Amino acid sequence: MSDLSLSDLGAFVSRDDDGAGRLELLVQGARCAGCMSKIEKGVAALPGVTAGRFNLTTGKLSVTFARGLGDPGLVMRQLESLGYRASLFDPAAARAQEDREGKDLALALGVAAFGAGNAMMFTVPTWAGLFGQELSPATRELMYWLSALVATPCALFAGMTFFRSAWASLKRRQANMDVPISIGVLLTLAVSFSETLQHGAHAYFDAAVTLVFLLLIGRYLDHKLRLRARSAARDLLALQAPVAMRLDEAGREHGVPVGEIAVGDRLAVAPGDRIPVDAELETGVSDIDNAMITGESASVAVGPGDRLHAGALNLSGRLILRASARSEDSTVAAIARLMEAGAQARGAYVRLADKAAALYVPIVHILAVATFLGGWWLGLGPRVALLRAAAVLIVTCPCALGLAVPAVQVTATGRLFRKGILVKSGAALERLAEVDHVVFDKTGVLTEGRPVLVTDVPALIHMAAPLARASRHPLARAVADRAGAGPTAEAVTEVPGMGVEGTIDGRRARLGRASFLGVDQGASGQTELWFGFEGESRFRLAFEDVVRPQAAEAVAALRKLGLSVEIFSGDLAGPVAEVADAVGVDRWRAGMTPIEKAGAVAALKAEGRKVLMIGDGLNDAAALSSAHASMAPGSAVDASQNAADLVFTSGDPLAAPLAIRVARAARVRALENFGFSALYNAIAAPAAVLGLVNPLLAAVAMSGSSLIVTLNALRMAFEGDRR
Amino acid sequence: MTIVLLLAPFSLALALTGLAAFWWSLKSGQYEDPKGDAARILYDHLEDGPGD
Repeated sequence: MSDLSLSDLGAFVSRDDDGAGRLELLVQGARCAGCMSKIEKGVAALPGVTAGRFNLTTGKLSVTFARGLGDPGLVMRQLESLGYRASLFDPAAARAQEDREGKDLALALGVAAFGAGNAMMFTVPTWAGLFGQELSPATRELMYWLSALVATPCALFAGMTFFRSAWASLKRRQANMDVPISIGVLLTLAVSFSETLQHGAHAYFDAAVTLVFLLLIGRYLDHKLRLRARSAARDLLALQAPVAMRLDEAGREHGVPVGEIAVGDRLAVAPGDRIPVDAELETGVSDIDNAMITGESASVAVGPGDRLHAGALNLSGRLILRASARSEDSTVAAIARLMEAGAQARGAYVRLADKAAALYVPIVHILAVATFLGGWWLGLGPRVALLRAAAVLIVTCPCALGLAVPAVQVTATGRLFRKGILVKSGAALERLAEVDHVVFDKTGVLTEGRPVLVTDVPALIHMAAPLARASRHPLARAVADRAGAGPTAEAVTEVPGMGVEGTIDGRRARLGRASFLGVDQGASGQTELWFGFEGESRFRLAFEDVVRPQAAEAVAALRKLGLSVEIFSGDLAGPVAEVADAVGVDRWRAGMTPIEKAGAVAALKAEGRKVLMIGDGLNDAAALSSAHASMAPGSAVDASQNAADLVFTSGDPLAAPLAIRVARAARVRALENFGFSALYNAIAAPAAVLGLVNPLLAAVAMSGSSLIVTLNALRMAFEGDRR
Repeated sequence: MTIVLLLAPFSLALALTGLAAFWWSLKSGQYEDPKGDAARILYDHLEDGPGD
């Protein structure tokens, strides 16, 4: 987004039938009520804008334009002048963010809560009758009918989620947790109706709707978890490279969503921006940082005719490219194929709750059938035998099981979220807890992923600083940052891909690549800048990708958790060995291609190791998706963030041991919860078989076990921080 | 006990009103921006209600 005044960003405005436009932006740094007021006021004052609405909770600004009007560039400049950085959402992404499912679940939850509360109101009086209190059969029947009137429609409406999922699962000839839930709810209602019609005392209308209510809480928590992680991940991507500058015939720039770029389009890429799609360089020279794609830390000089890969960082010159692939096809085809295979293997992972269900469903159903047949055979009569079988299904209905895992995972991911770690799904957390081997990518994960000035000669840095301050090149910026504030060179000219020239205290000086200063020397393999005054000796400024300060600590922490650590890098052996030594890792492999990385991860998997892959580059994407669990920093390329289970926004490698500790604690809590449920069922099921359960006991036992499981899950909020 | 015949429908009607209110609040976007809505009332030039 180099020069917004010259470009047309109309592609980001979605138009309705009347021609009125709507634009969605993500605004960074607006956290207070005052910011909201300032932003809405500022945006509303713009020409063509009919309304601006800022959502303080999500940080999204939606602007509506009058018919045929609207300039997103104007909105973005206005926000910039107010002091906020904004990025555009492409209309498709904005639509995908609407949360229909969440609203439906909330409504179902509301209906179930209403049903549970009010059915209970009519049921409580009938319990008095269970203790020999005075309650005429006519009154009891009236109460049951009122209870049925409330509970039946509510349970059927609110339970639709379970019925649909159970039906879908049965059609695939499988039984998930929703099958016993659906059978339990429907059978409870049916038995209660038949009991009430026969003037019996064992009606469980309140239990049916309470069951749905408690289970919906678990379902709602699970949904919120996935939604929060998904939208946070999308926001991260929107911040990266949502806009590509396409050139029209006349050479004007138009901002378009990256997804709309077609093969053959001409694109402009400003210094500091990433290459949006695979492309061929038409005009311009520059340095390209390929660290994201190959893992190599040194930058490469490019000129017309060179092929550039999506995700590479343009360092110095403005480039005109011709797109040679669309955005979806831009990752190398082999990488994409490998990623797909990995994702499929991961889809086959059986979650903890489903494992429990696979054990639980047959046991409970066999027990219920045995109770019915056994009771009848022992002379109970078919009606009482059926009642007891129904009671078995009701008291063992997996209320606590349905809550056991979601409640734990929501608490755990909420804690990680506050520390800047996004967990994409509950299954990801379960896989992370099982990990026993960690593979790091080097560039950008263990190291900063950008060149840092390592020449420590203050006099030289001070001398070069005036020229460095005049340039926007990342290497020059690094020099300027080290030198601090000071004078800037005069009469500065910047030669793209070469360097800067200017006057310092009346003397001409140059800062740039070796050839720009007339230095003749072979490639050192190190990123470097040269500085010199006209006609005098030249000095070299060396840059290196330095190891992150917390990397060694993170590796030590992982070891302490009982994990083995290894480095897979695409870089040369020299730099990899240096980093491995600095962070204390003795097993490393260098010069790996993306396919070799994925292959090595698969080989470890074949040995029975459960691998956690941590990487950020395009070259890691395939390995990320084939590993048992994967993490990527927030600075990673789109493909890697999409492939990773967890994204840590800070880039601090200490996120890995923290996430593993929390995931393990969550697993322990979930297993404890299963233990509680099993214990409860071990007591409740025999009682039901023997006919000792009445409607009051069923209601108390069911709510009680759910409450215990939820409280146990909340303990997660404080655990795993200890080292 | 005949009073039950009056009280039961009455209490149900009351609870249904609550459910309807929840339905309305959900549909009208009351939960979209809890932080923002709390602050909007403090500024004269901002609309008080939730957005669409």
